[in-house]
Amino acid sequence: MPSIRQNPYPEALPDFRNLGVTARALVGVNLLALAAMLFSESDWGNLPASFAMRAALLEPPLLASLALFFLGAPWLLRLPYWIGCVVVIAVVVAFAAATYMALGEISWGGLARTLVLAAFAAIVALAYLRLHTKAYSPALAEARLQALQARIRPHFLFNSLNAVLALMRRDPRRAERTLEDLADLFRALMSDGRNLVRLADEVHLIERYAAIEQLRLGERLRMSWDLDNAPMDAMLPALVLQPLLENAVYHGVEPGTGTGDVLVRVERRGDRVQIRIENPWLQPGTGQRAGNHMALDNIRERLMLFFDDEARLESRVEGVRYQVDIEIPYRSGPG
Amino acid sequence: MNELRIYIADDEAPARARLKELLADIGGELATKVVGESDSGLDVIDRLPGSEAQVLLLDIQMPGMGGIELARHLCALENAPAVIFVTAHDRHAVEAFELNALDYLMKPVRAERLTAALRKSMAAVPAERGARDVHEKSEQAVRLERAAGGPREFFSVAERNRIVLVPVGEILFLKAELKYVTLRTKVGEHLIEEPLVSIEREFGDRFVRVHRNCLVARAAIRGFERIPGAGGEEPHWSVMLEGTDERLPVSRRLWTAVKAVVPEGRE
Repeated sequence: MPSIRQNPYPEALPDFRNLGVTARALVGVNLLALAAMLFSESDWGNLPASFAMRAALLEPPLLASLALFFLGAPWLLRLPYWIGCVVVIAVVVAFAAATYMALGEISWGGLARTLVLAAFAAIVALAYLRLHTKAYSPALAEARLQALQARIRPHFLFNSLNAVLALMRRDPRRAERTLEDLADLFRALMSDGRNLVRLADEVHLIERYAAIEQLRLGERLRMSWDLDNAPMDAMLPALVLQPLLENAVYHGVEPGTGTGDVLVRVERRGDRVQIRIENPWLQPGTGQRAGNHMALDNIRERLMLFFDDEARLESRVEGVRYQVDIEIPYRSGPG
Repeated sequence: MNELRIYIADDEAPARARLKELLADIGGELATKVVGESDSGLDVIDRLPGSEAQVLLLDIQMPGMGGIELARHLCALENAPAVIFVTAHDRHAVEAFELNALDYLMKPVRAERLTAALRKSMAAVPAERGARDVHEKSEQAVRLERAAGGPREFFSVAERNRIVLVPVGEILFLKAELKYVTLRTKVGEHLIEEPLVSIEREFGDRFVRVHRNCLVARAAIRGFERIPGAGGEEPHWSVMLEGTDERLPVSRRLWTAVKAVVPEGRE
């Protein structure tokens, strides 16, 4: 299992293919330039013109560097952190020098000033992104613990064990299979929540989970799976789907008196993976259980940690159905 | 034959099967007979009264109606069974059971625990049917009321050996007359034997007192009407309700409070 971070305080370059990282670098460097100009320009009126003029020197190396980092991200991320930093700064300085030359007013003093400013901007941006990563990585370590706590309800564990006990004499084979399913489920639950896993593994897991629920609830649970267009090699954080399916059963099927239809759909649209989990919406007062948004909040937080602003999680009531939609960038994993 | 008659209520079929298996296992020590099974609370209300059950093994998490509310309605029965709650995991419920000395078992249930709980309830079940006195019944009802996390969703009316449930949401007003309270819905009337004060306490959010002997559903209030005094009487206000032409007088003392709880624009 590839892990995106091996230790709790990682020294790694930011992921340049992440929209959030790119946006932060763009905005950060421009703000820095604006602040510098505020210092040097005494007249407010001149500020826009002055900014526009400097932008000619600022934006080309900035955009070119980010584009190059985007392309070279896999290679860059393999470098040791400090060497990576040196490479990043060198690239920025080189692009700045090229832009300065291209603008055609060459003076040694001007060139030196440009290069120092470019190196300075690159260092500040790297330092900011490093702080940002650090601020979030303890949370990433904690995510595992939270994952365990917010995950499987004890209610489910004890009811499942009880169901297995009931099968023991009448259908020992099915009892065995159910215990195996429970073991798979708990192995996954106790694994490292910081891992990215293949969609195929996560789907396998929730199928095991659904099999146990089916045993308990019988005809009251009707599962439908729409996985024909699911990109089984896509990577996603472990234990994102299972808690959602558990919520669907706990809130949408168990308290209801009739049959509850639960839908799981995963599909790839371009470079996005779209996931929907849908269950009956029970009106409050008809046994609807008090909702707690712990699971949703926990999953949203973990998606943010892994994908930053590129992941989306929404839930809504649509008529008589409750829907949770997740969208993450498609990244294929090994195998 | 002195078999203990048992009723099993659980929404999960495997859980019911397991309890029956255990009852069979302990048969040598304690003879029992399962006289009925239900997979929902409302089904228990329908079928338990005719089953002559002495003990009810009751899952607390069931669709339709929770176990504790169900047990409260069963108290109204003349031959109410002893109730043993069964739960997989519900910290709040277990705390409430402990606090109020209610019997419960944890799933998965062990044979020894089941035997002990049944023996205990057997001691409480009178040998002669109907011998249970009114005082004891009400004591159980009070303990259940205290263990309940919130207001009921139904009122129960015991009709001979049958329980009729009236959804709280369908009630327009409640009126106390002598020792009974009349529940009035759009379609009819029911008599229950609960004091108006305790109903007001339990459903404070839903009903508002308009008169010494009358509670009105807030949601049903359509407006107020001033009734001119006739024959020397002083004029007074009365409340108009959705779904009935009956006007209910608002007592002078409560008028300000009643007016305040009704949202603007509904006068």
